Amino acid sequence: MIYVVIIFLWTAILLYILLGGADFGAGIIELFTSKGNKDRTRKTMYEAIGPIWEANHMWLIIAIVILFVGFPKIYTTVSVYLHIPLVCMLLGIIARGTAFVFRNYDAVEDDMQKLYTPIFVYSSLITPFFLGIIAASAVSGRIDLLANDFLSAYVFSWLNWFSIAVGIFTVSICGFLATIFIIGQTDNESDRKYFTGKARRTIFIVMGCGALVFLAAYLEQIPLFNWIFGDTPGLIAIIAASISLVLMFFILERNKPIMLRLLAGFQVSMILFAATYSHFPDIVMLKNGTNLSLLIHQGQAKTIDSLAYALLIGSIFILPALFYLIYVFTKRKEVPSDH
Amino acid sequence: MDDFLAARLQMAFSLGFHIVFACIGMVMPFFMSLAHFYWLKTKNVVYRDVTKAWSKGVAIFFATGAVSGTVLSFELGLLWPRFMEHAGPIFGMPFSLEGTAFFIEAIALGFYLYGWNRINPWFHWATGVVVGISGLLSGILVVAANAWMNSPAGFDYIDGQYLNVDPIKAMFNDAWFSQALHMTVAAFVSTGFAVAGVHALMILRGRNVAFHSKAFKIAAVFGTIAACLQPISGDISAKDVAKRQPAKLAAMEAHFHTERNAPLIIGGIPDTAGKKVDYAVKIPGLLSFMATGDFNGEVKGLDSVPREDQPPIAVTHYAFQIMVGLGMAMVGLAIVYFIALWKKKKWLSSNWLLKLFVMATPMGFIALEAGWTVTEVGRQPWIIHGIMRTADAVTPMPGIAYSFYLFTAVYISLAVIVSLLLYRQITMVGKLYDSSTEVPKN
Repeated sequence: MIYVVIIFLWTAILLYILLGGADFGAGIIELFTSKGNKDRTRKTMYEAIGPIWEANHMWLIIAIVILFVGFPKIYTTVSVYLHIPLVCMLLGIIARGTAFVFRNYDAVEDDMQKLYTPIFVYSSLITPFFLGIIAASAVSGRIDLLANDFLSAYVFSWLNWFSIAVGIFTVSICGFLATIFIIGQTDNESDRKYFTGKARRTIFIVMGCGALVFLAAYLEQIPLFNWIFGDTPGLIAIIAASISLVLMFFILERNKPIMLRLLAGFQVSMILFAATYSHFPDIVMLKNGTNLSLLIHQGQAKTIDSLAYALLIGSIFILPALFYLIYVFTKRKEVPSDH
Repeated sequence: MDDFLAARLQMAFSLGFHIVFACIGMVMPFFMSLAHFYWLKTKNVVYRDVTKAWSKGVAIFFATGAVSGTVLSFELGLLWPRFMEHAGPIFGMPFSLEGTAFFIEAIALGFYLYGWNRINPWFHWATGVVVGISGLLSGILVVAANAWMNSPAGFDYIDGQYLNVDPIKAMFNDAWFSQALHMTVAAFVSTGFAVAGVHALMILRGRNVAFHSKAFKIAAVFGTIAACLQPISGDISAKDVAKRQPAKLAAMEAHFHTERNAPLIIGGIPDTAGKKVDYAVKIPGLLSFMATGDFNGEVKGLDSVPREDQPPIAVTHYAFQIMVGLGMAMVGLAIVYFIALWKKKKWLSSNWLLKLFVMATPMGFIALEAGWTVTEVGRQPWIIHGIMRTADAVTPMPGIAYSFYLFTAVYISLAVIVSLLLYRQITMVGKLYDSSTEVPKN
């Protein structure tokens, strides 16, 4: 049953990166859009993510509940030593979630929008940035259980070039997902052209940020190269991700939004796979050389079993409903009658 | 500020903030669905307008409740890691189920808010009902987890080890039913009175009267019925607490000495040093009757537990008095409202009744926060009753005071913005929602 729980944990994280990430990306690309194009970007994005955005963020809750129920030692270690980036991420989540609703549900459109919009776009940027920092810090071996001063226990556990580079990379992935998603949400030819051009640029940015991660890993002496290229499955995943990136470049010109989305999703899942496979089952690496493992630091058997059943039963309800929601609101068909 | 105190205050603030949004987010969908049902049945556009206006409120409250809930799931670990390390696997069952319920709620809300003119009308209506039901289930599950802290079950505590964990038994602990019932009814009372009060104010001001009258009636009926049911659930809770956590009941009542024929103490100022309550009204035997069902039953006093295991007496006692007092005031208003509905129809259009409802607007939520204070402060010094002390659960990280200031500032700003948004939604009803007003609807 432990593997059921682990698969759910991995999938919840992946879906949060894909769906929640595209959501954050909407704010990120709004930030990096010239003034003249802001309105159409914002409008198309809102139509696309409006109905689904709350659900996208539920994956984070599922992942965190799996961690604290099934793997309490891992959850509490991360909570204690990565307290600061976690708080920054939470502030981002609060700001982003509320600003999104405020700017769309304020009955009067006035200067308050000038308050909501920057909160929305900057929190869309900082939330995935800190999410990346947290993920990178978990594996970079800087968490020191024996540290006895504040800085080495609670600051240098996450503040290093590698974590920052992964943070930036996560931001770029979110922007990339959002631009790919938005292409399929517009019927207008000039908009499509505009967004396609944007997508091409973000692909280059993602590649650049990816290179940055390797550079930072080299500087911080983190054996990232070995992790990813050291074993066959990781290597295959990275090759598959690269091929899908090239394919996307060719498909961008043709109007095939669904294909593009699938390739983007595939590419990101391959990156996550490559990044997690080589350590598995360890997910937190400590400074003293020991690791926290999903298999060793799991809860008692009855806990894991009931958690697995709860997740399986839950997914029977959630998945069909979620697919139907996405289906209904991405086909963009208006029924004219008023009911 | 001491880190332990800061951690407790931050948790109290976060929960106190979340609880308001969570309650409105789980009760408003029922009001909204009922109005929607009347619209589909009667085709009276006022009901459609009310439904749409309320659905905006639901969206705002749900989103705020969702993010504050997400924050709480992290704060458990950020502030109380030593508690979560042991408690997570034991009381996690309701949380894992709650994840599903909450997810379904978010999906259904997506359908509901964006479903106008896009999906089948009755399917659309049903998604609104699903929002309410799944919200209610999430609430009940989270309260079941809190109940476990009051009434730990589903494990054996041997030599500091938590063995033979059984998450199902932990979920159905002795306190889950009475707590979940009391909380659910409280959510209906507080939301019902708050919503009714706001609409009553708009009727008094003569704005969009047809619209606000329909809205007022739905909210008032839900709120007043719930208010009359609440004393029954309160009685179940009191008997339960008397059995499981005598120290909590004693603190609620500022009942210092174990005795038979114990009096019910109303109001008063507890004097902890002198172990007495000054200026209180005492009704002989009533506490014994309420706690045990027998006027001569024995009620354990604070003297039955060592000083270091006693909860803070004054806070618990005052909070309890506030909750009961406001609860009774709302029962009184509910009775007046029922008389008006059945016997004295002309009261319904009179200003004084509406004014009473306006005055009662915050009562439900104040009572709710007071009740939450009773159950949380009354459980101290324990985080897991009788097993782990709150002081032993707090994070080793220093400087929590800054985190407390930061979150307090964030929550206060959010409360201000949400209030502004609601104010605007309410004052813009004529323009945005009420299709009977002259200004064309956009």
